[in-house]
Amino acid sequence: MENYTQEIQLVVFKLDGEEYGIDILQVKEIIRLLDITRVPKAPWFIEGVISLRGTVIPVIDLRKRFQLTASNRDEDCRIIVVMVDDITFGIIVDSVNEVLRLNKNDIEPSPTVAGSTNGAYIKGIGKLNDRLITLLELDKLIEH
Amino acid sequence: MDMEQYMGIFADEAKEHLQNLNDYILELEKDHDRKDLLNEIFRSAHTLKGMAGAMGFEKMATLTHEMENVLDELRKGEREVNLQIIQVLFSCLDALEALVNEIITEGVELTEVDSLIDTIKNLDSEVAAALEEELINKTEEIKEEKINESQNLEYLETVIEKATELGLNTFKIKIKFAEDCLLKSARAFMVFRELDSIGEIVYSNPSVQDIEDEKFDQEIEVIVLTKKSKDHIIPLINNITDVKIAEFEVIREGRPVNKEKNEEIDKNDRVEPVNKADEHNHKRPKTGQTVRVDIERLDNLMNLVGELVISKTRLEQISLTNQLGYLNETIEQIDRITDELQSVVMKVRMVPVEQVFNRFPRMVRDLAKELSKEVELVIEGKETELDRTVIDEIGDPLVHLLRNALDHGIEKPEERLKAGKNRFGTIKLRALHEGNNVIIKIEDDGRGIDPQLIKRKALEKGVLSEQDLERLDESEILKLIFRPGFSTAQEITDISGRGVGLDVVKYKIESLGGEVELESRIGYGSTFTIRLPLTLAIIQALLVKSVNEIYAIPLAVIQETVSIREENIKRIQNHEVITLRGEVLPLFRLQNLLDIPPDSYNSSDNYSEIFVVVVRKGDKRAGLIVNELVGQQDIVIKSLGRLLNGIKGIAGATILGDGRVALILDIGTLF
Repeated sequence: MENYTQEIQLVVFKLDGEEYGIDILQVKEIIRLLDITRVPKAPWFIEGVISLRGTVIPVIDLRKRFQLTASNRDEDCRIIVVMVDDITFGIIVDSVNEVLRLNKNDIEPSPTVAGSTNGAYIKGIGKLNDRLITLLELDKLIEH
Repeated sequence: MDMEQYMGIFADEAKEHLQNLNDYILELEKDHDRKDLLNEIFRSAHTLKGMAGAMGFEKMATLTHEMENVLDELRKGEREVNLQIIQVLFSCLDALEALVNEIITEGVELTEVDSLIDTIKNLDSEVAAALEEELINKTEEIKEEKINESQNLEYLETVIEKATELGLNTFKIKIKFAEDCLLKSARAFMVFRELDSIGEIVYSNPSVQDIEDEKFDQEIEVIVLTKKSKDHIIPLINNITDVKIAEFEVIREGRPVNKEKNEEIDKNDRVEPVNKADEHNHKRPKTGQTVRVDIERLDNLMNLVGELVISKTRLEQISLTNQLGYLNETIEQIDRITDELQSVVMKVRMVPVEQVFNRFPRMVRDLAKELSKEVELVIEGKETELDRTVIDEIGDPLVHLLRNALDHGIEKPEERLKAGKNRFGTIKLRALHEGNNVIIKIEDDGRGIDPQLIKRKALEKGVLSEQDLERLDESEILKLIFRPGFSTAQEITDISGRGVGLDVVKYKIESLGGEVELESRIGYGSTFTIRLPLTLAIIQALLVKSVNEIYAIPLAVIQETVSIREENIKRIQNHEVITLRGEVLPLFRLQNLLDIPPDSYNSSDNYSEIFVVVVRKGDKRAGLIVNELVGQQDIVIKSLGRLLNGIKGIAGATILGDGRVALILDIGTLF
């Protein structure tokens, strides 16, 4: 039981060669890429909207948000549907790899890397063996 | 007993009864001699008392009990209806409404009713009232001192004597409750109700209060004055479960009275055959067989029907693209069924505007009193139905417009007489259907709105400059009063002019997909016309394609579509226009308005034929240039969610037959 509180489960996905993690409790589902409808005059980081079984939800392209180079969306590309503070939205990632458990003690506060603009979105860095997983602060993703 | 589950029903029914009471008392104010109304009022108050008692809301029960006493005297003609009484009754209703609202929101009764109860008790007492009071005092004494019955009966003597003269029988009934009877007070309440229905209970031991508090053993004793015979009463009581009559004593039999008198009592009693036709006219609304349904479930149902409409469109598309003739028949049938389903669900969500209109007569009456104006409110078409969501939202704007009409529109009686008008001002509130819209009109025959005054105010408040104002015609000037920060009230009164202007009304109505217009003639009055869509969930729209994106334009704002050629487009002051039947129409290219990226633009496509959708924006018209008209279809309006709320030009989204999302254009904010 003690173990239970000490551990968090993460959905781990890849973006531009790096590994990121989202707390599984915030993830509603993971879907394949759908047709995205562009919304004129929407905030710049919002790619558009999709219909998730009849509900219209906004989608954020994480590459755009992190100001990474755009890449061709291939077969592995996924939309992770998350819910933060009652707002449901999707994030487009390169691929979703696995779900893994991480001990809370293995999470370090986010390092301020010089020149990084994406520090605000980072909750911390998870260490698992020799892997480094960036934990995302989801509510920051939808702030202007 | 778990009260929670009854709370909803209690709240709904209590509100209904309060509304009825309000209506009836308003009627009564106009015609003091309406016995039928008094009966209805009494019944409603009585039911309220019973409900409140059963739910344990003491203040409500006590107050309604006091009301009932007065009403009973009025009903029996022992007291005359006068303005003072009506005012007190209205105050009671206000207090009751406050109590009900507190019960709903806080779960407890907060409003103090003691002073009101004192007022009721101190109403000009006539003989009967005095008697009654004495009786009440006595019963209270009995409670404390337990004076024996015979002594108490002395005080009843006068009452009984009078009753006997009127030909009423006096019975003393001892009622026994079964040993294992649960909810004794509820049973007692039923007994009282039965007895009340045939006559009047003048005495009970223990007192009514104690019985309601269940402070009694297995027996209660009552004295009833009634026209009915013993044989009639015994089965009435014995029919109630767990209740038996233990003793039935005839104290006095009604003296045979002459016929005239008998009839008079008949009148005061329940149904009166002579007046039957009359009563039909004022009958309370028939309560048909209905089910109360949570609005959320209806919303859910509506959503599902929406999904079905989308799937249907999808099926149609599959059949069309694959040329599956044999599928057609089935699809046509599904089409019919979904259409019907849609209209049925829509109908279910419809409620008569009556629900909103009902509270207005009282409001107007109170306001008129306050402003010392004389006003008659005429309501027409209150059976007109609107979607529930619209009904919930439309109340406040209407209140605002009515207050405006009363405060600024209708003049004081002296002023009206001077102007050669009837001293009574008239405000007409009308609802009617017009195509796919519902129109609500608020008409007053007051002083009207002076465009010059508006001009002056507009200048003062810096809404527009003098040059701008010069260019406006009269109707455009009238429209200025819908601008934010505009109020023409000469002096700030308590009624309106509190900073919330007509701009809020306009905004609210437009957010419901409606529009509001104003006509006015100085000296003759003003008319506000509100146009509302029947429903908000599913609308007819034209799908258009600009470059490679599909958008939906609500049919309601489209006037026509025309196809032109590139060379028809002219330029005025660097803006594209066309002349359409002699009228110069400004043009907007949808791809520019919506920043549609040109990189997906296929330049080899030579759009020599250009489609223009002519849309209305307020009373102006404009043409939208699109590349393709995809077709007209029913669309289900979906919200874009909190993240994308309030984007200019976009009203919402809908889901197309192929599962993709198309955005719905909001012409009002698009350009």
